[in-house]
Amino acid sequence: MSVFWSEVQEYFPFLLTGAEVTLELSLISMVGGMVLGFLTAIGRLSKNRFIRWPLEAYVEIWRDTPLIVQLLLIYFSLPEFGIVLSGFWAGVLGLTLNLSAYLSEVYRAAIIAVDPGQKAAAISLGMSPLQVYRRLIIPQAFVACLPTQGGYFIALLKDCSLVSFISVNELLRHATIVISNTFDSMNTYLMVAVIYFCMSFTSARCVGWLERTLTPARRKKTAIKPIMSELVEEDNA
Amino acid sequence: MSHTPAPVLHLEQVYKSYGETAVLRGIDLKVFQGDAVFLIGPSGGGKSTLLRCINFLEYPDAGTITALGEKLCSQNRAHFEIAPEKTLRHARARMPMVFQQFNLFSHQTVLENVMEGLVTVKKIPKREATVLARTALDRVHMLQKQNNYPDQLSGGQKQRVAIARALAMDPPVILFDEPTSALDPELVSGVQAIIQDLSSQGLTLLVVTHDPAFVQSTAHTVCFCGDGYILESGTVNEIYGNPRTERVRKFIQSSGAHLS
Repeated sequence: MSVFWSEVQEYFPFLLTGAEVTLELSLISMVGGMVLGFLTAIGRLSKNRFIRWPLEAYVEIWRDTPLIVQLLLIYFSLPEFGIVLSGFWAGVLGLTLNLSAYLSEVYRAAIIAVDPGQKAAAISLGMSPLQVYRRLIIPQAFVACLPTQGGYFIALLKDCSLVSFISVNELLRHATIVISNTFDSMNTYLMVAVIYFCMSFTSARCVGWLERTLTPARRKKTAIKPIMSELVEEDNA
Repeated sequence: MSHTPAPVLHLEQVYKSYGETAVLRGIDLKVFQGDAVFLIGPSGGGKSTLLRCINFLEYPDAGTITALGEKLCSQNRAHFEIAPEKTLRHARARMPMVFQQFNLFSHQTVLENVMEGLVTVKKIPKREATVLARTALDRVHMLQKQNNYPDQLSGGQKQRVAIARALAMDPPVILFDEPTSALDPELVSGVQAIIQDLSSQGLTLLVVTHDPAFVQSTAHTVCFCGDGYILESGTVNEIYGNPRTERVRKFIQSSGAHLS
């Protein structure tokens, strides 16, 4: 136990600098993935099939290949085409593209799910398609997809560990360096797990808080009750 | 020289079909300023489609529609042309629609719902829009609920807010698509009374309904829609008291609304 604590004291700050890189990676990729994912979702809802089809192919390819392969391809093949990215930015690019493919499906579903009656009401007031998006569809779809989006953010945070394969000095790679000095894999990985847990747990709480803040108070009360009372009535019958 | 004013709404030979099914098969209709025109008839007769075509929520396939002095679509021999989006939007804002399912914006409060068209479409500054929205809410007796969300309201209250949302736009015409069909019976009369008030204040109304009592209390003109045509139109007394065609007579009798 005392060995563990001395190691924690010695290497924990070093691991934390790795965690910082992990956080940077995931935050940048998250923002990138959200923007790109949203544009992809809009494009896939286009009436023009020459916009729709390439994006469908893009989403399929990115979802049907492993992230690690995508990262390796970006890091090692792009230089062949004269595009040299540092490990960090190759990681950002890979994670962004990967996340955008998944998020575009989340957004597309949320956009489609907005009540067509409300869309008709907005149109019948004289709104342009852009205004309908800005005033009705995006505000409703954004709140609707928050929980799923939060889940993807946590997955992304953990997927960042794969970036250690392309020699980015993030948390897991720092752990590998520590282990090569101390040969104490168990305690080091334990610390890594604790750090990952803290980061994920905190971001999950943040997403939950965001969801509660952005959802008007009424939903929590009214959404479930009618279903419950129906069940009770069925039981009585 | 005749002094007949131009109709607020003028439809000539309007057609609409969904795939193989022809829903509107040549509709002619004139609605004049201050009129309360009620469309009645069997389900599937094209009443709602007609309303949605006037508002261009659905695009007609052929025919000429003139609304509030603007040609929204025109038929010239074989050539059919729909006005640019901008013209359609301008017309929609001046003849908003009230729906059977209310269709209030669920992420907004009652007040925000009513302000939406004013701020987004008419570009009225927020402060001024708030005043106008409150006035409209007061007219439907819903001012006390201005800060509630739609799913905290009863059906009748929702429909009153939806009427206020249309009313706030200060339109010359309001279209009603079965405004009381989704309401509990005890809430119907409140909403109908409001619509009746609007009519007596001079607003032009075009109403689709299945409620004969509502037609008889409020309509100036009744049009019977069936099989994609307007089969008969006239005053309440003409349609309910002395229908000219067998088809309409049967419908009136089966709905138990015959005036003797």
